[in-house]
Amino acid sequence: MTSTRIRGGRVIDPSQGIDTVADLVLQDGKVVSIGTSTAAADVEIDATDMIVCPGLIDMHVSLREPGFEEDETIATGAAAALAGGITSVACMPDTQPVVDNRAAAEFIILQAGRAGLANVFPLGAVTKDCNGEELAEIGQLVEAGVVAFSDATRPLANAEIMRRALEYCGMFNRPIFNHPAVPELVHGGVMHEDYVSTELGLRGMPAAAEDIAVGRDIALAKVTGGRVHLQTISSLGSIDQIRRAKAAGLRVTAEITPHNFTLMDDRLRTFNSNYKVDPPLRTADHLAACIEGLQDGTIDAICSDHQPFAPEKKSRELNLVPFGASGLETLLPISIASLIEPGHLDWPQLIGKLTNGPAKILGIPKGTLATGADADVTIIDPQVEWTIDAAQFRSRGHNTPFDGWKVRGRARTVLVAGVVAYEV
Amino acid sequence: MNFVTDTDNSIKKRWTKRHLLGLEYLSADEITMILDQAAEFKRLAAQGETKLGLLRGTVVANLFFEPSTRTRTSFGLAAKRLSADIVEFSAAGSSLVKGETFIDTARNIEAMGVDQVVVRHSTPGAPHLLAQNLNTSVLNAGDGTHEHPTQALLDIFTIREHRGTLQGLTVALVGDISHSRVARSNIWGLTKLGARVIVCGPATLIPQHVEKLGVEVATDLDKILPELDCINLLRIQFERQRSGLFPSIAEYAHLFGMNGERLKTAKDDVMILAPGPINRGVEITPDVADGGHSVILDQVTNGLLIRMACLYLLNPKNSP
Ligand SMILES: [Zn+2]
Repeated sequence: MTSTRIRGGRVIDPSQGIDTVADLVLQDGKVVSIGTSTAAADVEIDATDMIVCPGLIDMHVSLREPGFEEDETIATGAAAALAGGITSVACMPDTQPVVDNRAAAEFIILQAGRAGLANVFPLGAVTKDCNGEELAEIGQLVEAGVVAFSDATRPLANAEIMRRALEYCGMFNRPIFNHPAVPELVHGGVMHEDYVSTELGLRGMPAAAEDIAVGRDIALAKVTGGRVHLQTISSLGSIDQIRRAKAAGLRVTAEITPHNFTLMDDRLRTFNSNYKVDPPLRTADHLAACIEGLQDGTIDAICSDHQPFAPEKKSRELNLVPFGASGLETLLPISIASLIEPGHLDWPQLIGKLTNGPAKILGIPKGTLATGADADVTIIDPQVEWTIDAAQFRSRGHNTPFDGWKVRGRARTVLVAGVVAYEV
Repeated sequence: MNFVTDTDNSIKKRWTKRHLLGLEYLSADEITMILDQAAEFKRLAAQGETKLGLLRGTVVANLFFEPSTRTRTSFGLAAKRLSADIVEFSAAGSSLVKGETFIDTARNIEAMGVDQVVVRHSTPGAPHLLAQNLNTSVLNAGDGTHEHPTQALLDIFTIREHRGTLQGLTVALVGDISHSRVARSNIWGLTKLGARVIVCGPATLIPQHVEKLGVEVATDLDKILPELDCINLLRIQFERQRSGLFPSIAEYAHLFGMNGERLKTAKDDVMILAPGPINRGVEITPDVADGGHSVILDQVTNGLLIRMACLYLLNPKNSP
């Protein structure tokens, strides 16, 4: 019987509409109360001037194990998550072998348990080997503990497969996560197609490739009644269509990454491979649409799209370098810098996108401080100024476009199941 | 013999850049300095001064990660004319195949005491990557579909030689603009020196927003032909394209190829340039390539002088 009292913080829990200065009391790994508490506790944490919120959830993470342990392991990725204030991650199935069968999913759950750090929720592949051709053993994956389905970075190109996957997953009420892009339009692309790609002579990926795929998925959500989750949205056209689909009552949700609402395509003028991400960094009009989509609720969640790579994989010529940034440890500070500091979102809105929003899409009992909920808690110091230093990352991937950025605000203390799992 | 004239001295003294990564990053004045230096070398060559000692004791590395006999030979010969030592490196059979990274390879070559690196690579930005990671001077000999500054400089030099100035001339770049590093470098250089530039080709080979580079766009060659002072016929890069960007070579030649018939509608003193190696019968018919308007062979000669000028001005040693 261990009790913990987090004293005097600003408790923000968007799942219950709470934003108040109070004590948060935890016992035996569960939330007991939010309010004024005078009862003695085994552990006392002073949270004066801090924000106390449900543990953050990153719904889009690549942990690379099994198969690519040089880039990341479940243990290093889970440690990086905690350092970023994240207590739960959903990890992509494009490991080697792919998580397209029950044993593969159980391995991840087992390794995450051994690491004993952040909670890890595996996603299952929609299709065998993520090859877009044949459905994976979706029912058995659900039994193994998979929470949703995705072919990770591979867009589900075949509309018929997408349609059948939505229908089949509907039996288990699980969403299909799709990376929306028309493969033949982005093939060989390195960056967003616009003036800068023309100037640099780098092959571009038009925003239309995303818009078209989003339009198709919305049409299929309508025809099947299935749940479509659109991963890493980045274009104005996508956001417009998602807004209308939601207004029409379709079961469509969307997520976005901090780099896609923070950085523009002109960064590629440096030819720095850390700016090579997919979807690509776009232009000012797209960024403005992303911010608007976050403000009006069109975009439900912010995720890191954590794509760690060993240094030798990212220090190559731009066309040979894989897409992606190591994002777990910059998710919160960059969201604060780009959304809170300029006043685009307030704290409850931002925390909602990092807790309640992803929890609802994943269908997991996390992201809330309701009485009896798991005592996963993130305590954020909103004022502390610090410099992002990739060399200090817990992740094996030091590939970040934000190295050296001076930021304000970070997770100071992180509790998982009522126990302090990370402290600055 | 170490033959340094007053002109050499004054240009080299004014030169401040360490790398030549592209014409985007040079001012009009800097471009003119290179042209003037090349003109000075041409004057010396006409006097029989073909072997100069200006880079004696320096080492130039020719790093060609993509095959190109012509450019490579031109740089090699330019270095020899200046008495530099040359290290030749090509990707074929190198440790690159064994998984060594591009930067590692370059660092190893630098460690051999190289002063200047000439680099050709299929990826845009590869020379920039070297400039960020090496201490030597980096000279871009063509990076993917981004820039090919010495080719553009020799094109511009050849035009200036015949017409005295670029100011007020109308120059068309005809062909595959999307996949052409020559086009991009030409656009930067020509517009900075005051020329009017039109890019012309099939709509599928003209990249989006190219007009923001300060050029006009045309898809009908016959319509613009009478206005042109210079026509630079870019090579169709069959190997760099996705399929289906134009219907057939025959149709391309029909719409955009330069032949004797078409040439009749051009100005009497129009100049025909081509960066070569040309696909005879596609971009240009033999009668035009070898005809009186063609300056293609001048371009080859001038290429050597331009590369000498670049190597000389950029070499960190031997400042007068
Ligand atoms: Zn450029």
